[in-house]
Amino acid sequence: MDSIKSWLARSGMGSVLILALIIVVVFPLTMDLFRLNLVGKYLTYAFVAVGLVMLWGYGGVLSLGQGVFFGLGGYMMAMFMKLEASDPETTKIQSTPGIPDFMDWNQITELPLWWEPFRHLPLALLAVLLVPTLLAFIISFAMFRRRVGGVYFAIITQAVCLILTVLIVGQQGYTGGVNGITDLKTILGWDTRTDEAKYVLYFLNAGLLIASILLCRWIQLSKLGTLLLAMRDKEDRVRFSGYDVSMFKVFAFCLAAMLSAIGGAMFVLQVGFMSPSLVGIVPSIEMVIFAAVGGRMSLVGAVYGALLVNFGKTYFSESFPDLWLFLMAALFIGVVLAFPNGLAGLYESHVKPRLGKRKDKPAAGTDSTPSSDVPPATPLHSGAPHGGKPLARTALPDGVQGTSA
Amino acid sequence: MSNTDFVLAVEDLTVSFDGFKAIDALTLYVDRGELRVIIGPNGAGKTTLLDLICGKTRASGGSIKFKNHEMTKMAEHKIVRSGIGRKFQTPSIYENLSVFKNLEVSFPRGRSVFGALGFRCTEEVKARVQSVADEISLGDSLDVEAGLLSHGQKQWLEIGMLLMQEPELLMLDEPIAGMSVRERELTGELLQRICKGRSVIVIEHDMDFVKRIAHKVTVMHQGKILAEGSMDKVQNDPKVIDVYLGH
Repeated sequence: MDSIKSWLARSGMGSVLILALIIVVVFPLTMDLFRLNLVGKYLTYAFVAVGLVMLWGYGGVLSLGQGVFFGLGGYMMAMFMKLEASDPETTKIQSTPGIPDFMDWNQITELPLWWEPFRHLPLALLAVLLVPTLLAFIISFAMFRRRVGGVYFAIITQAVCLILTVLIVGQQGYTGGVNGITDLKTILGWDTRTDEAKYVLYFLNAGLLIASILLCRWIQLSKLGTLLLAMRDKEDRVRFSGYDVSMFKVFAFCLAAMLSAIGGAMFVLQVGFMSPSLVGIVPSIEMVIFAAVGGRMSLVGAVYGALLVNFGKTYFSESFPDLWLFLMAALFIGVVLAFPNGLAGLYESHVKPRLGKRKDKPAAGTDSTPSSDVPPATPLHSGAPHGGKPLARTALPDGVQGTSA
Repeated sequence: MSNTDFVLAVEDLTVSFDGFKAIDALTLYVDRGELRVIIGPNGAGKTTLLDLICGKTRASGGSIKFKNHEMTKMAEHKIVRSGIGRKFQTPSIYENLSVFKNLEVSFPRGRSVFGALGFRCTEEVKARVQSVADEISLGDSLDVEAGLLSHGQKQWLEIGMLLMQEPELLMLDEPIAGMSVRERELTGELLQRICKGRSVIVIEHDMDFVKRIAHKVTVMHQGKILAEGSMDKVQNDPKVIDVYLGH
């Protein structure tokens, strides 16, 4: 029993377990289908936020272009579903039956060759995973090889966002343009719009999200995770310890891209459309806000961040239609100024010590360190006493504190 | 350039920044098992020389051969993998990681992306970390966060991180800067121990310390070598007295 307890504490699995309980058990039991579907949608953004924790929190690389990969993943899925929805029978009123409606409206008379692979589900699923990852590889390899980093890299990711948006909008006949790809109905004949399908997709989404968190957690606990943190701290030291720093950043960027793409595909399955409004600069920055609010060093925090900000967005926009954007911005600025480590940081510094104190009291009177009165998550640089340290680290691997960079 | 028996053969090395020659046609040979100290006034190009050897700065001309392999065009991480370790002037360690993790990360296995994913901290790695930690007097502090170490201990930790890689050539940039007298003594002993079986280049200003450790001393001035030889010889060289040691 004790060994399980210590394993939970060491690997940070306790918090993952709690999160899993909330999204797999609590939400489905307490919410009606409409709200649950909404939560499902929010959770698809959480994939992006989790990817950003790895890329930004751990790798120290800020990307303001995750919408590109979320969008591409979504488009790959939507293309498959659109082709299935456009069989010659249902589209017989078109001048060219059997092609997606928006193509017909744009005087295209034949399905473009690059749409063909999306007739097959396995190929489409492969494309969901590989196309965004490949693009991420090309961008990041070109940039990191040339040691482009920091603000410059962030700006380039923004540019990629803009390019892709313009491309999608401009190539209306092939992409559906501003409207995106809509009227998606079935996968291999299985209707995704029924109540039952919505439940199934919600749980599939939740399962994939938990699996993604576990994968990232495993990476964090591996030497690669340590190296990412080390790079963020002292890049030159890592380079002159014999590591090809650029390839590690490329890996982090590709990982974040692939997770975002899965999120995008799940978005399409649950919401039923994909459009350039989910690719652009604004949604990409919003996704960074999710990670920042949740805590960029905490995988679980990123999920809570995505949920909270989106609930907030829904609530604000329903209650204060004129003000809600300002309120969202205030929330973001407030979080960054007041608790730079987000919700997870707040938990570590305020809730954790109190919990620890209650537990310690009956245990033994020998350990009478007053250290738990001191907020233990104060940055290292201030030289906090050792006594407070063990309380401060849980969401992070042994001997790691996420304060700087 | 010719092949030699030297571990490191720097020949005719030049680097200029916007026309200013920080290193000017410099030639330097380092023997196997030698502990070489480089001294010289500020701006003489000592740190730039180390930067050039480890690939941080690229040479404008000349050659750097390590075990007869040309290094001037090689990527930094490949230079390190071929056996050159370099300590920076200010302690460059991972402050957020424990001493153990600092050393473990420096262990020369699992250096590719997927190698790092599959890396396991085996008994062998643990034993190696412990032995290096003992060597640098941090054997009892493995769980301490590196940021909490004293300045001197941080310097040692960085030397330890280099020792983990078992380099054949170790370059230390001012290893005793900011250390107490006692720490300087310990560092001197440490350097004597670790130069067995490998070559070491040290940049240092403290003349007493140099006297104690150096096999051979090179004096640099304005990107060139002013004098080279034993400490006694260098100390009595009128040119050296003129520009560096003072009368």
